[in-house]
Amino acid sequence: MWEYTDKVREHFLNPKNIGEIEDPDGLAEVGSIACGDALKLTFKLDENKRIKDARFKTFGCASAIASASALTEMLKGKTVEEAMKITNQDIANYLGGLPPEKMHCSVLGQEALEKAIEHYRGVSHKRPDEEIVCVCFGVTDGEIEQAVRQNNLTTIDEVTNYTKAGGGCKNCHEKIKAIIDRVHASGKQEEKPLEKPKLTNLKKMRMIEEIIEREIKPSLKQDGGDIELIDIVDNRVLVATRGACATCQASQATLKGFVEWKLKELVSPELIVEEVSL
Amino acid sequence: MKTIYLDNNATTMVAPEVLEEMLPYFSQYYGNPSSMHSFGGRTAKDINDAREKTASLIGAEPDEIVFTSCGTESDNTAIMSALDVNPSRRHIVTTRVEHPAVRALCEHLAEKGYLITTIDVDGDGNLNMDQYEKSLTKDTAVVSIMWANNETGVIFPVEKAAQLAQERGILFHTDAVQAMGKIPIDIKNSAIDMLSFSGHKLHAQKGIGVLYIRRGTRFSPYLIGGHQEKGRRGGTENTPAIIGLGRACELANQQLSKENGHVRALRDRLESEIINRIPNVKVNGGRSPRLPNTSNISFEFVEGESILLLLDQYGICASSGSACTSGSLQPSHVLRAMGVPYTMAHGSIRFSLSIYNTSEEIDVVINTLPPIIERLRNMSPYWTSDNTVCANQ
Repeated sequence: MWEYTDKVREHFLNPKNIGEIEDPDGLAEVGSIACGDALKLTFKLDENKRIKDARFKTFGCASAIASASALTEMLKGKTVEEAMKITNQDIANYLGGLPPEKMHCSVLGQEALEKAIEHYRGVSHKRPDEEIVCVCFGVTDGEIEQAVRQNNLTTIDEVTNYTKAGGGCKNCHEKIKAIIDRVHASGKQEEKPLEKPKLTNLKKMRMIEEIIEREIKPSLKQDGGDIELIDIVDNRVLVATRGACATCQASQATLKGFVEWKLKELVSPELIVEEVSL
Repeated sequence: MKTIYLDNNATTMVAPEVLEEMLPYFSQYYGNPSSMHSFGGRTAKDINDAREKTASLIGAEPDEIVFTSCGTESDNTAIMSALDVNPSRRHIVTTRVEHPAVRALCEHLAEKGYLITTIDVDGDGNLNMDQYEKSLTKDTAVVSIMWANNETGVIFPVEKAAQLAQERGILFHTDAVQAMGKIPIDIKNSAIDMLSFSGHKLHAQKGIGVLYIRRGTRFSPYLIGGHQEKGRRGGTENTPAIIGLGRACELANQQLSKENGHVRALRDRLESEIINRIPNVKVNGGRSPRLPNTSNISFEFVEGESILLLLDQYGICASSGSACTSGSLQPSHVLRAMGVPYTMAHGSIRFSLSIYNTSEEIDVVINTLPPIIERLRNMSPYWTSDNTVCANQ
């Protein structure tokens, strides 16, 4: 028997805002019946661009129903910008906490919210550069990274509790561990911000060069690949792939998901990595 | 609110007759059965009486009965013993639907280098006997196959399976925890070498198990200590529990016909009324030989934990094979082995009855359940009225 708080029980037994809004401004469907929980979220804005109504339909356990009910209550009256700031931890806190094994229910809520806002803004919520890490539950590296970062997760079990990743065949445990290590390593870098005052062009170029040499090349070389910095035009970092990367089908994903992510993280969030053939 | 207990495959109420029989052994006849004085000696005699009653439930001899602490200990002891006495053999045959007491042990042994073959079941939960027969090799140390499945109640042809193992000189163990007391078991004329069962599934207390070891079976103890149980299981006897188990076995013997009459009739009515009143349900293992008390029903498009917690509001106790209740993230390994689709597996509920259930209790359940399922389906993004096709197969 799970130890649910009174608030979870209340939102499970008498859930608020069940249903679907016709002609919604924001809409999202996340999860799947195979994974054991799914959530459909819709919201509608008023003339002041505040959320006047939010509704849900869910397939899931008591904490999934309670998390969805809580989320819709939290959304009402907020602007989209305010709503975007809601994290899975906020949903769990609203409910007075969730059992650790059930935190993924709150993560599902946040995921639905993000996608519904993307839908409202007309942004595609396809993230082609993300790679599916956990095949059993279809969880991507980006989703795991976000959960690790936001909730400061340190073990594979915690990642499983929050995202379900690694809860099936366990084949992805090494990859999950690598993501945890990567996030925490870059977290330490963040503590001493590199781009403190204004980043001059000269400084930016030097930093990009340094990061590629120190952080990126050694990592790519482990897989037999390499990268060469060709030029830097404003915020566009032009690179050429070498070695195994030049023929690897996943090199695009590496460029965006790893190289660009590293440079954004450590130099400047505006940077874009582009491949040129030379 | 009155509790309606339909979770007897999880554990059972201690029968009043059993409790009554046990009570004097706590503070009146508390002597150690191994003592030289007559105060302790009398409990040794009472334990032997209980051993006889226990043996007679399965048609065994009293000296073939070893008392343990639980079904898991019995299962572990049997399998580890078989490996110990066959050190050159490194292969174990079991099924995909075993209880964790066998399943997790086999996974653990696989990590230690043993080869494990897990026999498949079909969509109705029946064992693939061809695959089983082919899996037996010269290297097989032991076969462990449950008598009846704890989740679906499906009964396996263990006597036939044991025969095939015996013909090849392979030790055969069966986990009969769920079958015991619900269907007649006569071990004498079978080829089964070892059999496990547990007291708390047949109205004795928790913390008492039995391992039957056929006379002449080579055996190596798991708990090493005193000479108790003829050196087959060290540790001071749990006298009150053993006395209670003896009485429970005696009662179970007398009530076997009630299990197959009264209990079966209640179960069948529960099942048919649920099928009549609720669309898109399926009885898992319903077409196979089953225990008379078990019903495993899937409610499509809803999740099991939610059903259980809403039933709980009415004092109705059952269990589920959904991921959320299993403590893991995937639904029951039994239903997955049967190929039950995820849409069904996450919404599975197991009702398991006992001789103490009444017709009135079943009435409450069949009136309470339909609105609960409807309420959850109305909340489910997958449910539309169009879903009401190919239901109730």
